[in-house]
Amino acid sequence: MNGMSWRQRLRDYWSPTEVIDTSPRVSDEVKYTTCYMCAGRCGIKVHLKDGGIRYIEGNPRHPVNHGVICGKGAAGIMHQQSPAKLRKPLMRVGERGSGEFREIEWDEAIATALEWLSRIRADDPKKLAFFTGRDQSQSMTGFWATQFGTPNFAAHGGFCSVNMAAAGMYTIGGSFWEFGEPDWERTKLLLMFGVAEDHDSNPIKISLSAMKRRGAKSISINPVRTGYSAIADEWIGIRPGTDGLFVLSLIHELLRADRVDLDYLARYTNAAWLVIQAPGTAEDGLFARDDKGSPLVLDKKGAVASALAVDVEMRMVGEAKLADGRRAVPVFQLIAERYLDPQYAPEAVAATCGVPAARISELAAEIGRVAFEEAIELPVPWTDWAGRRHETMRGRPVGMHAMRGISAHSNGFQTCRALHLLQLLLGTVDVPGGWRYKAPHPKPCPPGPKPAGKPGQVDAGKPLAGAPLGYPMGPEDLILDADGNPQRIDKAFSWEAPLANHGMMHMLIKNAWAGDPYKIDTLFMYMANMAWNSAMNTAETMRMLTDKEADGSYKIPRIIYSDAFYSEMVAYADLILPDTTYLERWDCISILDRPIGKVDGPADSIRQSILAVDRDVRPFQDVLIDLGARLGLPAFVNPDGSARYPAGYKDYLTYHERAPGIGPLAGWRGVDGESHGKGAPNPNQLQRYIDNGCFWKYELPEEQHYYKHANRAYLDNAVALGLIGNADPIVLQLYVEPLQKFRLAAQGHGAHQPPDRLRARIKTHFDPLPIWYPPFEGAQVDTEAFPLNAVTQRPMPMYHSWGSLNAWLRQIHGANRLFINRMTANSLGLQDDDWVWVTSHAGRIRAQLKLMDGVNPNTVWTWNAIGKRAGAWNLAANSPEFARGFLLNHLIGETLPDAPESNADPVTGQAAWYDLRVRVEKAPAAEAGESAPHFAVLGHPASLPKTPDILRYGWNKR
Amino acid sequence: MHPALSIVFFTTASGAGFALLTLTGIAVPLGLLPSNPGFGALTLMTAGLLAVAGLLSSTLHLGRPERAWRAFSQWKTSWLSREGVLSVAAFIPAAVFAVGWVIFGRVGGVSGLCGVLAGALAVGAVYCTAMIYRSLKPIRQWHNRWVVPNYFALALMSGLLLLDLIVRFWARPVAILALTIVVIAVAWWLKESYWRFIDTASAPSTVASATGLGRRGPVRMLEPPNTEENYLLKEMGFRIARKHRLRLRLVVRVAGFAVPLLATLAALMGLLPLLAALLAILSAALGLVVERWLFFAEAKHTVMLYYGAETV
Amino acid sequence: MTDLPAQYPGAKKLGLVIDLDVCVGCHACATACKEWNSGGHSAPLPDFNPYGEGAWGVWFNRVHSFEEGEGEDARTVHFPRSCLHCDEPACVTVCPTGASYKRAEDGIVLVNADICIGCKLCSWACPYGAREFDQDEGVMKKCTLCIDRIYNENLAEDERVPACVMVCPTNARHYGDLGDPNSAVSEMVAARGGKDLMPELGYRPVNKYLPPRHARSVTAASAEAPAAVPIGDNKLLRWVDRLLSR
Repeated sequence: MNGMSWRQRLRDYWSPTEVIDTSPRVSDEVKYTTCYMCAGRCGIKVHLKDGGIRYIEGNPRHPVNHGVICGKGAAGIMHQQSPAKLRKPLMRVGERGSGEFREIEWDEAIATALEWLSRIRADDPKKLAFFTGRDQSQSMTGFWATQFGTPNFAAHGGFCSVNMAAAGMYTIGGSFWEFGEPDWERTKLLLMFGVAEDHDSNPIKISLSAMKRRGAKSISINPVRTGYSAIADEWIGIRPGTDGLFVLSLIHELLRADRVDLDYLARYTNAAWLVIQAPGTAEDGLFARDDKGSPLVLDKKGAVASALAVDVEMRMVGEAKLADGRRAVPVFQLIAERYLDPQYAPEAVAATCGVPAARISELAAEIGRVAFEEAIELPVPWTDWAGRRHETMRGRPVGMHAMRGISAHSNGFQTCRALHLLQLLLGTVDVPGGWRYKAPHPKPCPPGPKPAGKPGQVDAGKPLAGAPLGYPMGPEDLILDADGNPQRIDKAFSWEAPLANHGMMHMLIKNAWAGDPYKIDTLFMYMANMAWNSAMNTAETMRMLTDKEADGSYKIPRIIYSDAFYSEMVAYADLILPDTTYLERWDCISILDRPIGKVDGPADSIRQSILAVDRDVRPFQDVLIDLGARLGLPAFVNPDGSARYPAGYKDYLTYHERAPGIGPLAGWRGVDGESHGKGAPNPNQLQRYIDNGCFWKYELPEEQHYYKHANRAYLDNAVALGLIGNADPIVLQLYVEPLQKFRLAAQGHGAHQPPDRLRARIKTHFDPLPIWYPPFEGAQVDTEAFPLNAVTQRPMPMYHSWGSLNAWLRQIHGANRLFINRMTANSLGLQDDDWVWVTSHAGRIRAQLKLMDGVNPNTVWTWNAIGKRAGAWNLAANSPEFARGFLLNHLIGETLPDAPESNADPVTGQAAWYDLRVRVEKAPAAEAGESAPHFAVLGHPASLPKTPDILRYGWNKR
Repeated sequence: MHPALSIVFFTTASGAGFALLTLTGIAVPLGLLPSNPGFGALTLMTAGLLAVAGLLSSTLHLGRPERAWRAFSQWKTSWLSREGVLSVAAFIPAAVFAVGWVIFGRVGGVSGLCGVLAGALAVGAVYCTAMIYRSLKPIRQWHNRWVVPNYFALALMSGLLLLDLIVRFWARPVAILALTIVVIAVAWWLKESYWRFIDTASAPSTVASATGLGRRGPVRMLEPPNTEENYLLKEMGFRIARKHRLRLRLVVRVAGFAVPLLATLAALMGLLPLLAALLAILSAALGLVVERWLFFAEAKHTVMLYYGAETV
Repeated sequence: MTDLPAQYPGAKKLGLVIDLDVCVGCHACATACKEWNSGGHSAPLPDFNPYGEGAWGVWFNRVHSFEEGEGEDARTVHFPRSCLHCDEPACVTVCPTGASYKRAEDGIVLVNADICIGCKLCSWACPYGAREFDQDEGVMKKCTLCIDRIYNENLAEDERVPACVMVCPTNARHYGDLGDPNSAVSEMVAARGGKDLMPELGYRPVNKYLPPRHARSVTAASAEAPAAVPIGDNKLLRWVDRLLSR
C-alpha cells in the first residue's frame, strides 16, 4: 500500500480494477467421439470438467469436419441437459395417444418384447415390421431383421433420398453426399441442385467457402435462396420439380454445341453399347450381347465387336446389323436423337422451369466453356483397368452436387438420372475438378445384391434368405407373392415401386392399419417420429395408429418404440424402450452402413460412451442384441445357445463378421491390429480407435485418387480392402438396361407381369434414358385451385425433432413462418406477418407469413418440423412450437390425389413430399395469432422432470 | 425504449423536487419568496421527499441496488455518475439551508449561501439527468438539442406548480402564478417543438449503415436471430402504435399543459385559487408521467435496425 | 475505469473480421460462443423459461439474416452480430461505476461483473446491441473476445482464438490485431473493403465486416464461348465418322 496515493486507494475501493484469470484450466479430461446432433457424423472432442461437460468442439484431425462443428454440434450440452429425456421403460396404460404410461422395470420390458416377438417368429416372421428412422446402425438393425426372418425392414431412406441413391447407384455406382462429392479443391464451376443445409453440412460449408476464396464460381439451382444458395455467386430460383427438364435442356444445348466428351464416354461408359431396336419384341431396348453375354459395339469396319475388348475402335453413331438380322444402334445415338429434340430447347422449357431461356443457354455455354477450355491436366501417372499407363490425369472442372430438393419428387429418380447423364456427357465423373467418388464407392454398376423376402425366403423360425433391402435387376427380382401381390408391408419392390431400394417407411402405418397386403402383429420402430414430423398426412396417421377393430382391439395390434426423448411417437406406442443420448453409448459409423469415407480413401468411426447413464435407460443397440440372443437368432448366439455378444453392441462391433475378415469396423483388424479393411477381429480394436480420436482413415496413394472406376491400382486395392468384390472395371451406365426390363414387362413380355392398372405407369416411367414429366400432384390437382408449390427445408441450427428439446436451439427456431415471394404476396393482397390459411388437396393449416425476395414466385416454403405437438418434448403447453409453429406435413397426402398409389416416385417409391401444391389465403382477423391445426395436449410420463425456470448451466465451472 | 416505471417516476419526481429546491434555495435568500420557517419546512420537505423518492425509485431499476454507492465514482465520464454525485451533493447544502431556515429562521449568510448552492447543484442534477439521455447517440429521439431544454422546462414547471400551491398559505403569489403561466407556455412550446423534431428529423443510421450492406439495393431483415423476444427486444424494442401515441400526446397536452395553464390562470384570477392550484399540480403530475412514459416509448434504438425496424 | 485508454498509432486492437461473403448462417458461432462462455469468464449465461413460452437467454453472439437487393437479384445475407470492441465505446464512458472498461493492452471492452450495478445504461449506449443483461445475477454481460481463451496457456497455441472463430465452418470469422496495419486481418480489410457498422455514430468499431462480393455474370464469362453449332437435317452427322477407343 505504500506509495499509493489516497486517490488510488479510493479508486481501488470504489471501482476496483478487475482481475482476470486469462489462463483458467480448460478441462479435466478430453474424450473423442462422434457427434449425433444431425446425420453428419463429425468428429468431436468433449471437454469434461468437474464431472460434467465443459464444452464440445470439433476434432481437428477428423476427416469429416477438420475441427469445425455446426450450430447444433456446439449445442450438444443442451441435448444432454434436456428434460425431455426418457428415464425408464414405459408401458402404455391409457389409450394410444393419451400419453398415459406405467413405468416398468427393464426385466418386464424385455420379457414383454420377447413374448411378442418370439410368438411372431415362431408363427410368421413377416408379421413383425421393424423400421428405424435416422438410425446410424442400419447395418446392424438390418442384419437383426434378416436374422429374425422378416422382410419388413427399412430405415427412413424411402422418404429421404432414395431417388438420389438409386439413380446414382444404377448409373454411376455412386451418388451424392456419402457416395461422392464435387472435387472441392479443383472445381472451377460448381452447380448445386436442391441442396438444403443439412446433409453433409460441415464438409460442404468448409469446402464452399474455400472454393469461393480461391475464386471458383458456384451456382445454386434452388427455389429458395438461403444458406448455401445465399452465398452462391449466382442463384437460379427454379420452380420445384422442374430440375430434370432444366438439366435435359442443358444437355440439349451441350449436344448442339458438341460439348460432349466422346473419349470419356467411349472409355468409361456404355455410350457405344448397341441397343437392340426391335419394337414389339421381348428384347427391344436391351443391349445386344454376344453368346458370352458381353455387350457389343459397332467397330470401325461397321461390324460388331465385344464392348469389353481392350483396343476396339468404336462408333458412337451408326447402325449395326446383328447376327440374327435385328437392328441395333449405340446408346449415344439414342441420346443425341432424344435430347436434340426441340422439346428440350431452352425456349421450350423456360416457362415450365421458371427460368428465362437465355439464362439456360448462357449457363450451358459456360458449363461447356469451363469443361472443355479450362480442362485440368494433373501430372499424376496412373494405369487404367487394361494396364495402359497414362502420364496425366485429365479433368473437366465442372463440379456438381445435388440433394433432396431434386430427390423428393415423383420425378426425382429420372431427374437424378438426368443429372448424372449431364455429368457423364461432360466427362466429369471422378476426374480432377469434376465430381469424385467417396470410398467405398464406386460400386459395381448396376449394383447388387438383390433384395430378399420372396415367399420362399421367409420361413417361420428362420432367418431371411438374404438382406431385406437390395437392388432388383428386373421384374424377376421383385418381392411379390405367387399372385404378383406385394409381399412387404410397405409394398417396396412391388410393381408400385420396383426399385424401392431403401424401403417405403412412409407407407408403413397406412398399410399396417389397412391390413394391406396383410395384417401385421407388431410394429417395432426406432428413432422415427411417425406420429408427427416423419409422417405425411400427420393427422390421419395419428388416427390410424389409434384406430380400432370392431372388437375394440387396435388395428395395429402392438407397437414397440425406442427413443431417447419424449417425442410425439412415444405417446402412440404400447411398449417404450428408452434409449441413451449419443454421449452415453457405443456406436459405429460403418462402411457397411452409410459410410464417412472420403475421396482419398475409406474411413469409419465410433462413438464411445463418455458419460455414465444417470437414469434407467439402455442403448437401443444393446437391447436389440440382447433380444436377439434371447430369441435365439442364430448370429446372436453361440453354438451352446449363450449370448454371442454379452457386452452388447461394443462386443458386436469388435467381433461380428459379416463376411470372413469383414466387420463393422475396417480399421486395425487382425489379431495384431495391423490389417486394414479385411482381417480377423481384433479384441483391442475399439481401443485403437479411441487412441486415434475415434476414427480410422485410410489414405489412398495419389495415383488412385481419380478414375477409380477404371483405375487398375485402385480397383485392386479396393478388393484388398474389402470395399468391392472384384476388380473388374466399372462401366458407367448412361442407359440403364434393368429399367428397360421393367418396361418390357409392362409391354406384356416375360413371365412377371404388372397389374394392368400399373402397366402404363411402368411403361412411361421406366425409361432407360432420363425423361422428365410433371410431378404427379401438380398433374393431378387443379393447378388453378392450387397454384403454388410448397416445400420445406431444415434450418442449419435445427435438425428435425432433435432441436426443440434443446434450450439453446429452440431459442433460435421456436416457431416458423411461411415464406412467400414478395411479388406473389402483393398480387394476393398479403402482407408481412399476415396469418394465412394454406390449403392443399389433402388438408389445410394456418400459418404466419414472411415475405422475401429470394424465393421462386410460384413457391412458398418453411423451416421443417419446428411445429410440435403440445405436451410432447416436455415443453410447456404454451410454447411457441405449439402456438405459432406449424407442420407442412398435414397438407401432404400419403397417396396421390386421384390414385390409390403412394404419393411417391413410381420407380423407387421415394415419398414425393416436395410435389405439394397449395393455395394461400388470408385468415380472418379473429384467427390471427395462432397456428392450426392444434391437437389435444399429450400427457407425459411421471418420471419426466419438472422443467427449470432458469437454466444456469456452467455456473459452477467458472 | 421500454418505459420502466421506476425511471419515469424518478425523473419526474426528482425533477419537480430539485426545481422546488432550486426555486426556494435561490429565491428565498434573495427575498423573492417568504422566509417564514413554516413555508421553509413545507417546501423543503416536499422537495426533499420528491427528490429522495425519485432517487430511491431509480435504484429499483438496478439489477444490484446494494451496489448503488459505486455509481458515484465515474463522474469524469458518466452523466449518470454525475447525476448521482450532484443529487447527493445537493442534499448537503440543502440540509444546512433547511436547518438554518426552518430551525434558526435564517435565510441569509451561510444558510442563504447554502440555499443558493443547493439550488445550483439541483440545477446541475437536472441537467445531468437530461444529459444522460441527450448523450445517447443510438437514440435519435434523445440525442437532440430539445431534450435538455425540455427537461429543464418541465422540471421548472412542476416546481413552480408545487410552489403555487404551497406558497399561498404565506403569501399571495401573483408574480409566481404569472411566471408559472409563462413557464407552462414555454414548456408546452418546447415539448411541441421536441415532438415536431422527432416526427420529422430522420436518423442518420439505417439498416444499410447498420449492416454495411446496400450495394445491391435496399436491405431488409429476413429472419431475426431468435424467434422469441430477447433482452434487447424487451429493453429496446418497445413499440407504440401511432394511434396510441397520438392519444397519449393529447393527454400530455391537456393534462400536462392545458389544464395546469387554465387552472393557474384561474388561480391568478382568484377563482377557487387553492383548488385550482391543486388541480394544476395533480393534472400536471399525470401529464408529466405520461410525457415521460412517452419520452421512452417513442424513443427508438438503433439496435432495432437489426430486428426489422426500417427506421429509428 | 471508464476513462478510455490513450490511443496511439499501432496500439494493439484485438478484434474480429467477419466475411459476409461466405457466412451461410449456420449459427455455429452463436452456439459455440454460448457454450464456451457458459463455463467461461462470464459464466453462467443463463436462459430464462428455457422450456416454455418466450424463452430467452444471454447470448454474446447472434446471427441475423437480411436480404439485400430486390427481386431475382436479391441476395440473402447472414449477419453475425457481437461486440465490436469499439475505439470510442460509449458503453464504457456512460458506466457510472467503472464496471465497464476498455483494456489498454489490447482494446478489449469488458464488464467487471463484481462492481456492475445493473443500471443497463451501457446497453442503451451501445448502438449495436452487444450488451446482454443477466437478469438472474442483475449484472450486464458481454462478449469478452474469449479473454479466457486467447491468452490461455492451457490451450494449444492455434486454439488461442475466440470460440466463434475456432468453430466457424466457413472460415467467415477472422481474429487478429486490427491496430497493426500489416496483420492478416488488416490486410484482409484493406483488400476487401471492410466496413465499419454505423460509422456515422463515431464509435469507431474495431471489428470489421467484409461485404458480399458481386457475382460474376455468366454472360460476361462466357461471351467468347462458341455458340451452338447449327444442326442440319441429320442431327447426328457430325459424329458419324468419329472413331473412339476404350
